[in-house]
Amino acid sequence: MAVLLDSGARVLVQGITGREGSFHTKLMLEYGTKIVAGVTPGKGGSSVHGVPVYDSVAEAMSEHPDINTSIVFVPAPFAPDAVYEAIDAGIKLIVVITEGIPVHDTMRFINYAKAKGAVIIGPNCPGIITPGQAKVGIMPGHIFKPGPVGVVSRSGTLTYEISALLTKAGLGQSTVIGIGGDPVVGLTFTEAMKLYQQDPDTEALVLIGEIGGDMEERAAAMIEKGEFKKPVVAYIAGRTAPREKRMGHAGAIIMMGTGTYESKVKALEEAGALVARTPFEVPELVKKALKR
Amino acid sequence: MKLYEFEAKQILAGYGVEVPRGVLIVKGEDVKSKLSEAGLRYPVVVKSQVLVAGRGKAGGIRKAGSLEEAVKLVEELFEKPIKGIKPGAILVEEAVEHEKELYVSITIDRSERKPIILASEYGGVDIEEIARERPESIIRYHVDPFVGLRGFEARAIGKRLGLRGRLLLSFANTLMVMYRVFEAFDAELVESNPLAVVGERVVPLDARIIVDDNSLFRHKELVEGRKVEQRGELTEWEVKARELGLAFVELDGDIGVIGNGAGLTMATMDLVYHYGGRPANFLDIGGGARAELVKKAVSFLIDFPKAKKIFINVFGGITRGDEVARGIVEAVREKGSKKPFAVRLSGTREEEGRRLLKEAGIEAFSDPVEAVKRLLEM
Repeated sequence: MAVLLDSGARVLVQGITGREGSFHTKLMLEYGTKIVAGVTPGKGGSSVHGVPVYDSVAEAMSEHPDINTSIVFVPAPFAPDAVYEAIDAGIKLIVVITEGIPVHDTMRFINYAKAKGAVIIGPNCPGIITPGQAKVGIMPGHIFKPGPVGVVSRSGTLTYEISALLTKAGLGQSTVIGIGGDPVVGLTFTEAMKLYQQDPDTEALVLIGEIGGDMEERAAAMIEKGEFKKPVVAYIAGRTAPREKRMGHAGAIIMMGTGTYESKVKALEEAGALVARTPFEVPELVKKALKR
Repeated sequence: MKLYEFEAKQILAGYGVEVPRGVLIVKGEDVKSKLSEAGLRYPVVVKSQVLVAGRGKAGGIRKAGSLEEAVKLVEELFEKPIKGIKPGAILVEEAVEHEKELYVSITIDRSERKPIILASEYGGVDIEEIARERPESIIRYHVDPFVGLRGFEARAIGKRLGLRGRLLLSFANTLMVMYRVFEAFDAELVESNPLAVVGERVVPLDARIIVDDNSLFRHKELVEGRKVEQRGELTEWEVKARELGLAFVELDGDIGVIGNGAGLTMATMDLVYHYGGRPANFLDIGGGARAELVKKAVSFLIDFPKAKKIFINVFGGITRGDEVARGIVEAVREKGSKKPFAVRLSGTREEEGRRLLKEAGIEAFSDPVEAVKRLLEM
C-alpha cells in the first residue's frame, strides 16, 4: 500500500523529447519507474532512452493499454491541451510538472479532471514518489527511503530538503507528494490527507506549507474535526516574507485574516499539530509524534 | 500585471459599458490645452494613475470645480508621490452624481478552484471593514468555469443587492461584461468599487483589472506599446530585477539570498533570520534554472548594495547543480566580487557542482545550517 502511486504504475511521459522530459525520463527509469511510452506530437516513431515515442496519447494507449499514470513536461502554452488529452484517454493520475500555466487554464482542466474522476497533481510541482517503488516526478530519488512518514508539500525544493532530513534521521517515507506552488492546484492538502488517512503504511504526516491561500487552515480544520487521526508535523515557510501581493479588495474579503504565517501556525497548533520553526526541527518533532 | 484605472475603463468601455467622460493626461503633455480640448463638464474628478492600494485615502483623488482649478490640481498631482510613487498619467473625469455606491468583483477562489463573484450594496472605501464586521452582507457566488456566468445568474445577484427594473438590467449587463473581460483577459481580478447607481443605470467610477502574469504570452497587446510605463509598488531595484526577468523582492536586512523555488527561498530567509541575520531580499531562480539565469541573479546581488553578504541555497530537482555552479563561478569571475559568499548545493548533480565551485575557490556546503552559520561569521 501507498498513496496514489506504487510499483504497479505504468507511466506515460508527455513532452518526452524536450530537454526536461528526456533528462527526467532517464532519472525516473534509473529509479526503477516503469515508463512504457512517451508522447511528443510530430516525433512519433522515435525513442528516448529506449522508450517508444508516439504522436498522441491515444496511440500510446492502444499500444500500451496498461498505462495508468502520466507525467506532463509540455511547455505552458501547450500543457493544458496535453492534460485534456490524458484525461480523455482515461488516465486517472496525471502529474503536471510544467510551470507558468495561466491560472484560467488550470482552473478549467482541474474542474474537468474532477468531473472525469482523474486526479491531477500540480501544476508547477515536483511530482510524487513512493520510495523504493516508483517516482513520477523530478525529485532527486536518492534522498528518499521507504518508511512510515507521509510528506505532502506546497513547495518543491523544501520537500527535498525536509525529506532528506527525515531520511538522515532514519525516518523513511511512505509516499511524498509535492502538490505544487501555483494559486490553483489539483490535489489539495485536505484531499491528500484523506488518502494518507486510509493508507496503512503511513503512521505520521509531515505537512509543508507556505504563506498565502488557506490550505493549511483547512488542513487544521480537518484535524480539529477528527477527520484526520494520524499525528501531523508541519512547517510553514514565509515567516520573514513580505505579505502576498494584494488582489484588490477581493483578495482581502475572501481571505479574511487567513493566509498569513501567524494564522496558519495558530490554526495548526490549536488543532494539535506540531509546528517546526525551521525545516531542521521536523525530524525531531516527527520522532516525538511517533513516540520513538 | 496590474492595469491602470484608465486602461481598465477603456477595456470595459470597449465592451459597451458606460464609463464617466474623461481625458487622460500623460506626463509631459500640455495640461491646459489637453483639458480645454476635452470640453469636459465641471466639476471634474482628478485621479492620479498609480497602481497602489488606498490611493483615495492617500490624496490621489481630488475634485476640481473649474478648468483652472483642474489644471492646477493635475500639475500638483504629477508631483505628488502616492506611497512613494509619482504617477505617469492623470485621469480627469466628469464628476458623476449618484445615489448609491455598490461593490462588485470577480476573482479566483483558489480553494474552490472556481471564479467567484463578490458583491455588496455597501460599496466605497470602507468595503473591507464592512466585509469584516458584517460578512453576511457580502454576496459570494461561484461560477462554473465551463458554463461561464449566465444572464439569469447576474440578474439574481442584482436582485439580492436590492436592485429592480431597468437598474437591475443595467447591473446585470455590466456584471456580464465584467465576466467576459475576466475570461478574455485571463484576469485574476476584475473589480469595480464603487459601482455607482445613477438613476436607472450603473456606472463604474473606479475599475481595476489584474492580469495573470502567466498568461501574458497570449496578451502581447497589454505588454507592447504601453502609453504609461508599468510601475507598481516597486522599488528601484525591484524594477531593475523585473526588467532582467528576476523574481526579486527587496527587504530590509543585509544578507543577500538566492534560492530555487519560492518555498525554499522563503525558508532560506527564515533560516537566516533564525540564526540572527536579516535577509536583504527574496530572489527565486525557480525550477530548471540554467547557468545563464544563475549568473544573472548572482551578478544582480553582487551589484545590489544592500546585500553585504550572499547566501545561495539550492536543492536541485529539475535544477542541476552543475548549471548553478557554472553560473555562480562566471558571475563572480566577471564581476570580480569581494562580497563574502556561502553556497549550499544539494540534489541533482551536486558533486559536480560542488567540485566546480571548489575549483573556483568558492566555499560550497551540503548543509544549509552550516553554510548560514559560516556566512554570518564571515
